[in-house]
Amino acid sequence: MGDRPADIRIRDFEEVDTGLSPGEAIAEAERCIQCKKPLCVTGCPVCIDIPAFIHKVAEGDFRGAARALKEQNMLPAICGRVCPQETQCEGACVLGIKATPIRIGALERFVADWERQDGVELPKTARPTGKRVAVVGSGPAGLTAAADLARAGHTVTIFESLHEAGGVLTYGIPAFRLPEDVVRAEIDQVLDLGVRLKKNHLVGRSVSVDELLGYDAVFLATGAGLPAFMGIPGENYNGVYSANEFLTRVNLMHADAFPEFDTPVLHGGRVAVIGGGNVAMDAARVARRMGAKVFLVYRRREEDMPARKAEVLHAKEEGIEFLTCTNPTRILGEGGCVFGLECVEMSLCDLDASGRPSPEPIPGSEFTLDVDMVIQAIGTGPNPLLVSLIPGLERARRGNVIVDENGRTSIPHVYAGGDIATGAATVIEAMGSAKRAAAAINEMLSEE
Amino acid sequence: MKRLYKVELATKLADRVYEYWISAPQVAQHARAGQFLILRLHEKGERIPLTISAVRGDAVRVIFMTVGKTTQELATLRAGDSIMDVAGPLGKPSEIASYGTCCVVGGGVGIASMPLIVEELKAAGNHVIGIIGARSADLLILEDELRGICDEVYITTDDGSKGVHGFAADVLKELLGERAIDRVWIIGPAIMMKVTSGVTAPYGVKTYVSLNPIMVDGTGMCGSCRVTVGGETKFACVDGPEFDAHQVDFAELMQRQRIYTGQEKVSLERFAEHQCRCGEGGDHHG
Ligand SMILES: Cc1cc2nc3c(=O)[nH]c(=O)nc-3n(C[C@H](O)[C@H](O)[C@H](O)COP(=O)(O)OP(=O)(O)OC[C@H]3O[C@@H](n4cnc5c(N)ncnc54)[C@H](O)[C@@H]3O)c2cc1C
Ligand SMILES: Cc1cc2nc3c(=O)[nH]c(=O)nc-3n(C[C@H](O)[C@H](O)[C@H](O)COP(=O)(O)OP(=O)(O)OC[C@H]3O[C@@H](n4cnc5c(N)ncnc54)[C@H](O)[C@@H]3O)c2cc1C
Ligand code: FES
Repeated sequence: MGDRPADIRIRDFEEVDTGLSPGEAIAEAERCIQCKKPLCVTGCPVCIDIPAFIHKVAEGDFRGAARALKEQNMLPAICGRVCPQETQCEGACVLGIKATPIRIGALERFVADWERQDGVELPKTARPTGKRVAVVGSGPAGLTAAADLARAGHTVTIFESLHEAGGVLTYGIPAFRLPEDVVRAEIDQVLDLGVRLKKNHLVGRSVSVDELLGYDAVFLATGAGLPAFMGIPGENYNGVYSANEFLTRVNLMHADAFPEFDTPVLHGGRVAVIGGGNVAMDAARVARRMGAKVFLVYRRREEDMPARKAEVLHAKEEGIEFLTCTNPTRILGEGGCVFGLECVEMSLCDLDASGRPSPEPIPGSEFTLDVDMVIQAIGTGPNPLLVSLIPGLERARRGNVIVDENGRTSIPHVYAGGDIATGAATVIEAMGSAKRAAAAINEMLSEE
Repeated sequence: MKRLYKVELATKLADRVYEYWISAPQVAQHARAGQFLILRLHEKGERIPLTISAVRGDAVRVIFMTVGKTTQELATLRAGDSIMDVAGPLGKPSEIASYGTCCVVGGGVGIASMPLIVEELKAAGNHVIGIIGARSADLLILEDELRGICDEVYITTDDGSKGVHGFAADVLKELLGERAIDRVWIIGPAIMMKVTSGVTAPYGVKTYVSLNPIMVDGTGMCGSCRVTVGGETKFACVDGPEFDAHQVDFAELMQRQRIYTGQEKVSLERFAEHQCRCGEGGDHHG
């Protein structure tokens, strides 16, 4: 098993990586040397007992492995697919020093997929405490906090503004990396713990701030969904999208299946995607699957791209053309429609604050890329709507909610975690911060 | 688990214009003047924004014109039918305060937005003048209701079949010449808002228009609804939908409303064909 061939997979939205077979999983698990002081666990933001679950896999006890995983992580089929393992558990694996690290992500996914097929076992929940907790947002942070708080016996309500739960997992990450049924199944497992989900509820509008603060505890997990635009001329021409809009139209609204589904999206013939992160790779690969010739325009070098290495590799295999050290300066259009992207080449000079070389335009290197669609994937900021409505909630200059290491905000019974607190980060970091906040909320509620 | 939103009342008001009352407690309980909701009819449906026109108990009223696939499909629903998703209220409420004399202008289906604005302005102690305009007398909606809540109501029709023969802008211009008007709201098609707000500019009267760009989420996370106001990009769904009329780039708004013209036609034709095959092309509203 493994990756499907690029020329076949670009014709559909089926999963790229087909996963491990039971035999392959056991063989991989048997390579684990079961370190006494496992470094992989320290590399995991939610502290999964990795050697324990791998040991169970090696024994062929997949049920036991699933139990071990679920102790710390209610979303293993998701994490196994999207976590940047190379910089976390697998990056810390001692086998990686001499050879290849254990494929922990692939094993996590295997176990979770096996359990989903074989029948899911729900973790036990404590006796009801009668305490009411409101969770705002149903992305990985909200789901994780809700699961931990429900297991502790609290009455948990998640409010979600969209018509589906999951946050970025549902509207952002495309099906060929994270299938919709996998996300739905893991969300359902959280809801089966007794968590109430109120969709179509935009807190701050459909639920007032006073109603929200009336809960015994509040966990804010509204994410970093505010798309940034570059601010270059031509940005509002028809045919210029934020990656969020393009991906939402396709992933959440299924515009790729228009007119079977009612939501439209433009099909570019030649598409420029601006950016070098996971979001840019996803947008580029979606546009590719919709039949476009795709250029990825990034102002630094390929090795500076923040995207997971696997995504960069997959994008290249699928025929995405990389224009690195290139910065867009203007979008050209006529009659409101895009016909080109003016770019300038960049030279890389001194290292900047982030430790990456800072790019400078090379005079006279301007050129025009012939494209009819432009997708901007240059980052997102914290969702300002709700947090700006809560009086006394302290925020940093970039708009993220200020929290301590346990997710406490400036308001006593209000906690925050995930991207709204950290700025755009990762699924597993969102989950890690949610777990710490849930523990703190639990402690606060049991002291009362 | 699935919450469905029930249609409580479905009435046809005029040619291609419908009034629906939909049960949506979380929207009804919090709705303010100037806000809208987003609905999605079914699993395969598009999310479309509609202004909240009135509130009664747990139900909200929307008034819409059938212009494409989703509005036509919505118009086939009858009382008792369900809508899969209704989210709201969305957008910033109108800037209501005690200004003195206010003029609220509605064009076509834009008249639907007027009642809540008028009511809140009245409650804040303003003298409120309503101007409603339509192509012809049979397309005028909410006349009686607005007469009941405005201090004065003026009517215009393009063809002269009722009220003043001409446009709402003509009446507004006359009023501005005659007396002091402190604030103006204009809601209607983009071109009507552009022309009508042009009338108030020379008088320096602060004028609000409610912009209607194409939206997806309506919560500020996609930028589909971006408009240029005062040279800056704004997201109409969270920064608006009401903006200072004299700062709005209407040409860009109208350009962006046409992004999907080709696909909208495909969708509508497919729907019409399906309706014919199912023998459901008729009008249930009588
Ligand atoms: C395209 C894309 C690809 C990515 N790929 C990866 C990857 O491969 N690996 C990885 O680890 N990370 C990836 N990330 C980052 C990761 O998805 C995020 O860090 C993570 O989802 C953050 O989780 P969260 O719960 O904080 O917020 P989100 O997932 O953003 O969820 C927030 C939720 O809150 C809802 N909400 C917001 N405001 C309100 C309100 N007022 N009332 C009610 N609901 C509200 C939103 O609708 C949303 O559903 C990717 C991100 C994107 C956009
Ligand atoms: C804040 C706001 C409030 C509105 N209030 C009302 C109202 O009270 N009554 C009313 O009749 N109409 C209202 N509209 C317009 C209404 O949303 C569109 O008529 C509707 O979406 C058309 O959908 P359709 O599938 O029937 O037509 P389509 O064939 O899809 O489109 C017809 C036209 O409607 C516009 N449109 C299409 N899709 C969307 C979308 N997702 N979001 C916004 N506009 C779209 C486009 O400009 C298009 O040219 C409002 C729009 C906004 C943004
Ligand atoms: S509709 Fe998506 S940001 Fe306004």
